[in-house]
Order: sequence, then C-alpha cells, then structure tokens
Amino acid sequence: MALEAADVDKIAHLARLGVDAGDIPDYCRNLSDILAFVEQLNAVDTTGVEPLAHPLEATQRLRPDLVTETDNREIFQQVAPQTEAGLYLVPKVIE
Amino acid sequence: MHQKSLVELAAGLRDGQFSSEELTRACLERIRRLDGELNSFISVTETEALAAAQAADARIRAGEAGPLTGIPFAHKDIFCTRGVKTSCGSRMLDNFIAPYDATVTRKLHEAGAVMLGKTNMDEFAMGSSNETSYYGPVRNPWDTGRVPGGSSGGSAAAVAARLVPASTGTDTGGSIRQPAALCGITGLKPTYGRVSRYGMIAFASSLDQGGAFTRTAEDAALMLAAMAGFDERDSTSVDRPVDDYTASLDVSLKGMKIGVPKEYTSAGLDSAVAAAIEAALAEYRRLGAEVSEISLPHTHLAVPAYYVVAPAECSSNLSRFDGVRFGYRAADPKDLKDLYERSRGEGFGAEVKRRILIGTYALSAGYYDAYYLKAQQVRRLIREDFMRAFDTVDVIMGPTAPSVAFRLGEKADDPVSMYLSDIYTIAANLAGLPALSIPAGFVDGMPVGLHLVGNYFAEGRLLNAGHRYQQVTDWHTRCPAGYE
Repeated sequence: MALEAADVDKIAHLARLGVDAGDIPDYCRNLSDILAFVEQLNAVDTTGVEPLAHPLEATQRLRPDLVTETDNREIFQQVAPQTEAGLYLVPKVIE
Repeated sequence: MHQKSLVELAAGLRDGQFSSEELTRACLERIRRLDGELNSFISVTETEALAAAQAADARIRAGEAGPLTGIPFAHKDIFCTRGVKTSCGSRMLDNFIAPYDATVTRKLHEAGAVMLGKTNMDEFAMGSSNETSYYGPVRNPWDTGRVPGGSSGGSAAAVAARLVPASTGTDTGGSIRQPAALCGITGLKPTYGRVSRYGMIAFASSLDQGGAFTRTAEDAALMLAAMAGFDERDSTSVDRPVDDYTASLDVSLKGMKIGVPKEYTSAGLDSAVAAAIEAALAEYRRLGAEVSEISLPHTHLAVPAYYVVAPAECSSNLSRFDGVRFGYRAADPKDLKDLYERSRGEGFGAEVKRRILIGTYALSAGYYDAYYLKAQQVRRLIREDFMRAFDTVDVIMGPTAPSVAFRLGEKADDPVSMYLSDIYTIAANLAGLPALSIPAGFVDGMPVGLHLVGNYFAEGRLLNAGHRYQQVTDWHTRCPAGYE
C-alpha cells in the first residue's frame, strides 16, 4: 500500500521521531516501495502455520529471584545528558 | 609479519620470534599509514592496546598463554567496551563511553587478545554497504571506489588490508558474511544463541548474532572458541558446551553431502559469480564431497519477511534512545515531546529512521497481523525448508552475494535494491542457522564469496569444509594491491 504524507506523520508521531517536513516526500516513496516489496508475503498461504518467534523455539529461561546486580547508578549516570542528585532531568512535564 | 595468519602469529609469539608489543606496534603503524583512505576504524585505542600487549607478553613468558594471547584484533563498534567510546556508527552514541564490557569483549580480553580499536559500521548495523555510518563510508581495499559491504564493513576491510589478523562482527541479515565475501576474507556467523548478545547493541534481537572475520577458516575456529559459550546475562544464550572447532578441521570431506539450492541461481545472480561458485563446487567434488541440487522453495520470501521482522524489532529496541539517560540530546528542548522527537530525529540517520518507521507501522494497531504475524509465519516456512534439506545434505552451498562489491553511491538511493544484496544470507538468520563465507575466486579483480550453511551448532563442520577447501586453493591468501 502507498503511504501518504499524513500516514508518515502519524507513524513518526507513534515512534516519537522527528522527521523534517522536506524529507516527507522521500519517506512516502521509500516506505511505500518497502511495503510494496513485503507484499510478496501475501502470495503464500500461511493458514494454520504457527508464527516462529525464536529460531530454536526456546522459552524464556528463569533464574532464582535473588539480587545479583550491585548499585551502579553513579557510573551509569556519568553518560547521562543531565542529572541532579541522582535523578535524570527532563523539561517540565506539568505546568 | 602482517601477512601471517592468526595461527602463524600465535606460533611466532609462543616461540619468541617476536613479542606481542612488537606485533601490536606493527599493526598500529599500518593502521596509521593505511587507514586514512579506508576509514575502517572509528577509534584506535593505542594506549590500551600497548598495555594489553605488555600484559600478554608477561603471560606468554610465564607459560600461561592461550591461542589468542597477544594477538591483535579489531572490535566492531557495536560491542560495549568499558571506558572506550562505543558509537554503533551513530551520532546518537557519538558521546557514549560504555560503562561496562560486552561478554564478547570480556571473553576476548580474558583470552589475552589485544584490542587495537573499534571498527566503522553501518549505523546501528543497518545497511549492506557501510554508507550509513555517521563516520563516513569505509572503502574496499580491493578498489577504494567500491563498498566493503556491511554492516560490519570496517571489520572486514581491516582484515582484508592486513591491518589486523582478526576482527569481530555481528550478523543480523548477512552483516558478517556479505562484507567477508566482498572483501575476500573468511566470515563466520554462528548459530543463534552460540555467542552472547550481552553488551552487543541490539538491532533485531531474534536475529542478531556475533561472529568473527579472519583470513582463514582455521583462524575463525580459534576466534569462535574464545567468543562462544553460555552466558546467563543473555536470555537467549544457549546452554550447551562449546565444541572443539580446531579438532575437526582436518576431517576428510569424502562422502560429505553438499546441497545446492536451485533457487540460488535466480535471475539476479551475476553470471561470472555463478561460474566462480561452480568452480568451487567442482573443487569440493575433487575433495570427495557429493554435490546435488536441492530446493528451498520459500527462498524468495526471505528478504520480504526479514524487512518486516527486523524493522519491527529495531523500532522496539531503538525506543531506548530517548535523549534522557544516555546518548545524544537535542539542544534547548521546549517540552518532553520535543526532547524525544528532536533527540531521535537529529541523532539517527536516514536508514535507521526508515526502519524505525517501517517497524512502527508494521506493529501498529490494525496492521500487526497483516505484517508481523504473517512474516513470523513465513519465517517458520523458511526454517522448515532448511530442516527438510538437512535430512538429506550436510552443508548447503551457494554464492554469498549476488554480485561483487558495488560502487559507492550505486545503491544509496534505492533501499529495496540495497536490501536484495543480502538475498542469499538473510534466510540463515531467520532460521538461526550457522553460516560461513570463504573466498572462492575473483570477477574483474574483485573477490567472490562461497556461502556455506550448516545445521544448528554445526560450526565445526562448516569450518572443516572451509579449511579443507583452503588447503587446496589459494584465494584466501590473495592480498589487495598496495597492502602487501
């Protein structure tokens, strides 16, 4: 299916991804090409075929419910754009 | 020294012909002299490398050396390295100094291997030409007007140019095997779950698998032995002992059954590449293998299924880059939404954005069944094709890529055409199978890769088949002009 500018805007919003207005026509064209390409999947009948999520069909491994990680907050926050008193700072959310 | 294989270098270190520090300095000197044009490294970690080399020399003197102790290698910039920039080829992580080591980083360090730096790659491993890197394209040492392949293009070019004897890579749809083919070296993608994904920046988690580039299959056996193994920090790591890949290298290929899928000689395959693959198969017949035609009927659906599954997982994985906890943050955000949207919009490049958008669309309400579920069903059909084939053959062979390396810029404006350069490699990722690319000839002076796919955990068999072929051919010893 062909995507319109409004579709790209909506998807970009869902992905919280800033897209320059000038690039929208390119995205419409590229994304429509990709979707047209994957349409080939519809040519095969998959009725009754179980989806394959993990190539080895492994299930989630469980571990004992024990504390195994130490507190690395200071190390991890060294790479944060903005922190204060151990908290991550973002622009004001509620006026 | 730089023409020696990893195995030969290890013997030289053990016998005291040269020290790891001398070897490391020689490699660093080649990087300084030759990498300006290739652009295969994003970071060169000279200080850390020399310290690691001196530590390796002490281990060798103490008689505590393993096969990789003192061996220099280049590390794809997708693996976290504590205290060293880990960019993933993206502006988003240009300022990211990893606070911890990936399991692969730790294991290679413990084996005594000496990291010389982090290699260039397509942004977040999304690309087949290394042109989507924030740090500029890597050039192919065989012809610097051509691409090295991708996404692990820097790791492949560095080994092909004899800057390092080995490097790491990751392979989500062909990102080890396709650049190995285009650069004329050996590239191994292990079984899904064989090498830990912990600390390997995620692109598509059900497909991503770490592996290695070397010049020979024998060297790849040593790299895999060091990298593989169960890791409780990776929820999809496989708890199964690691085989002795070196022990099986010399097994005779007499009676080995090779299947050649008839679908792999499709219209898109370059006829000269097809002829090189035919010649390689003839060599395998001389080695005693039996070659027969097989069918993998859903082959043509592998790339379409991949371009739903991989972008879907990418859109989910890359949602963590939000400008809040680490990575790029846009200047002066006016509110939280603006912070997210501009940090991501400015931090990601065009191909990553395309895949996030496609994946978001495929997973969005009303489209999930039509795209994602359908692709996962087709994925099972592709896996079943392979399982049927492995009832009758040991190894599947064909071309790694449909053509030799293309020119820089040739496919940059046409995503679908770029995606099709992985047409022969992607199915192995969807099925989670191990696969190897080895040099198998030249077309117009550019290398051709032979692709070998094995059953689950048959890495030893693939390396054995690659090694025996390399005993009777010399394609893997050819060196690009200017790098002798």
